[in-house]
Amino acid sequence: MKWDRKHLLGLEDLSREEIIELLDTAEGFREVSTRSVKKVPALRGRVVVNLFFEPSTRTRTSFELAGARLSADVLNFSGSSSSTSKGETLNDTALNIEAMGVDIVVVRHSCSGAAYQLSQVLECSVINAGDGAHEHPTQALLDIFTIRQRKPELEGLKVAIVGDVSHSRVARSNIWGLQKLGAEVYAVGPSTLVPNGLSRLGVKVSHNLDEVLEEIDVFNMLRIQKERQERGLFPTIREYAKLYGLNGERMKRVKEDALVLHPGPINRGVELTPEVADGSRSVILDQVSNGLAVRMAALYLVGACGPQGGQVEPQRAPGEES
Amino acid sequence: MPKIILQGGRLIDPETGLDEAGDLVIEDGRVLALATAAEGGAAEFLAEEDAEIVDVTGLLVTPGLIDMHAHLREPGDEEEETIWSGSRAAVAGGITTVAAFPNTEPAVDNEASAEFVVLQGRRAGYANIFPVGTVTLRREGEELSEMAGLTKAGAVAFSDADRCLRSAEMMRRGLLYAKMFDRPVVAFCEDSDLRCGGVMHYGKVALRHGLPGIPAVSESIIVARDIGIADITRGHLHIGQLSAAGSVALVRQGKESGVKVTAEVTPHHFTLTEECCEYFDPNYKVLPPLRSQADVDALLEGLRDGTIDVIVSAHAPHTAEEKAVEFVYAPFGVVGLETLFCASYTTLVGKHGFDVGEVLAKMTINPARLLGLADDRGGLSAGKIADVAVFDVETDRVIDPETFESKGRNTCFGGLTMRGNTVHTFVGGRQVVSEGRVLGARRESVAEY
Repeated sequence: MKWDRKHLLGLEDLSREEIIELLDTAEGFREVSTRSVKKVPALRGRVVVNLFFEPSTRTRTSFELAGARLSADVLNFSGSSSSTSKGETLNDTALNIEAMGVDIVVVRHSCSGAAYQLSQVLECSVINAGDGAHEHPTQALLDIFTIRQRKPELEGLKVAIVGDVSHSRVARSNIWGLQKLGAEVYAVGPSTLVPNGLSRLGVKVSHNLDEVLEEIDVFNMLRIQKERQERGLFPTIREYAKLYGLNGERMKRVKEDALVLHPGPINRGVELTPEVADGSRSVILDQVSNGLAVRMAALYLVGACGPQGGQVEPQRAPGEES
Repeated sequence: MPKIILQGGRLIDPETGLDEAGDLVIEDGRVLALATAAEGGAAEFLAEEDAEIVDVTGLLVTPGLIDMHAHLREPGDEEEETIWSGSRAAVAGGITTVAAFPNTEPAVDNEASAEFVVLQGRRAGYANIFPVGTVTLRREGEELSEMAGLTKAGAVAFSDADRCLRSAEMMRRGLLYAKMFDRPVVAFCEDSDLRCGGVMHYGKVALRHGLPGIPAVSESIIVARDIGIADITRGHLHIGQLSAAGSVALVRQGKESGVKVTAEVTPHHFTLTEECCEYFDPNYKVLPPLRSQADVDALLEGLRDGTIDVIVSAHAPHTAEEKAVEFVYAPFGVVGLETLFCASYTTLVGKHGFDVGEVLAKMTINPARLLGLADDRGGLSAGKIADVAVFDVETDRVIDPETFESKGRNTCFGGLTMRGNTVHTFVGGRQVVSEGRVLGARRESVAEY
């Protein structure tokens, strides 16, 4: 198919075909990482800026490396997204960065809608690397990519997103992406973090992990924020771990070929006990390496194949030796 | 003084139920006579040589609108609005009387501050500006304001504006104390714990966008509380800006059981829904938030059956830079003085088949009665002060914020096609808007910054 999107803001507005195109393109790029020279010229001469208003190491690093492997120039810019710091506005910051001749802005921000806002203000392409509790499309794509590696048929697959779904952009992007590919999504967690209203998004809501344990094919274990407990949304980390943590006992009951994902960083002993995190069902490190290929695909499709892609010299196919 | 004769209009006076073709005669700042076409019109006055005749054929001639909820920002936030610019915006919208809310800096919580607002209104020389005084000092919810002094300076109501009195006991005292001056307390109903940092309606759009939601119950729980307090104090509780279906039901029930409770709604709350926040546009960020279609339907029903007495603008101007930020960080509020009538007319009369007199009552005689102004204002009867608006409801107009008199451009109706243009506005018999244009200030010392 022809990719004609200028931005990648979320999975909710992507079609099934576009999601598959992203995943297939990532498949092509995965091979690049296995070479001795891990680089293709797809975005040579292009400038990618990681505009991060929230602390992040892994997503930023992953985008940085993805850009480098596509031969783009990658800059990192960290700002504060606090409303109280009387500084430059988000729009001004982004416009100033763009004025240096930027082709793609990769933005991370604590406010839902920040990536959309920039897509309205900037001329260049915008990739959403997480906006508030709204979307984190590349994370969901790498989750789905990792699932697809082990379970190529997503239709009818039962995927449980376990934890603080309410405040999770990873969860929302996964819900949209998985549903479009035919999977059945469960949201599992305490009622204060997994509101029943989520069923309005076509999700099966459960507050009892043990009740659904045996039917689930894939567990995506969200990281629990200590801050939520401090704000009184659930009693203690200890009780959370007891109710919603995957441990050796629970793993005995799950399907034989069930997968365990975690977007990281793991709270060992909370979402996952070490034996599960490091166990045979865990594909957590695959997620990280797949993340690189997915982000290369995102940068490549948006930067070289979107409506702006035609403005530069013809591109080589992904993975083609330079 | 020469007479002014508005000739050939459709005269609508909700106070008397008048809706007939005819002429309106103004003399010495008051209505001299209403002469219906059936009775031959104002022929005797038309013959007078010096009479100023304004042809209003095909136009609606109504009492000047009374907006009992607007934020004019002065003193303290003059970059957003001044009483001068807000007054011009008011008359541009056919509003001749404005109750200016006290969430200024400093707050209007004493006689001198209230008097300042009155004087600035007079200096501006457009609309009648009446202050709303605070219920508590600095709107802190701790100590009562000097309501006697505020009343003496002209306060027509008391309100802590966008701060809900957290203490039910302070609300009880406020209602009791305000009762001595026969003034309503305008309550902003919101349980801030339940709102919990919410930025839009707690519903499907917020859920999809991962935006913290403001549940409808955070409003109605306080509506229920305050109606209970109004019941025991027999004070006059006026519920500010209803947004939720549950609140409408509570007000209806309160009225049925004899509590002195009245309520208001804004055009945006009965016209728009949470869906407007789909693209994170801060111009749809208001408090209380735009809610669901079911809430809108309940508000319309409340307007129809009289549960909701008043339509207000809740005019809340913000600078472009304040609104040009992340949706989450943007301040709440939209401008509304210049769209109060056209939005109400378009939605209620145009779309939902309301009678225009019924709609106008909620912007004229009803608020006049609530604020104790009905002896002189809110109608067109002979002897009343000649605050008059003339509207064209036959011509479409696309709302363009760049044409606003208000300093604020933060409208949620931008780009919509509406009917109900202001053609002329008279305040105290003096024309301040002519052919849709606000006339220059009469006084030289205009307090513009």
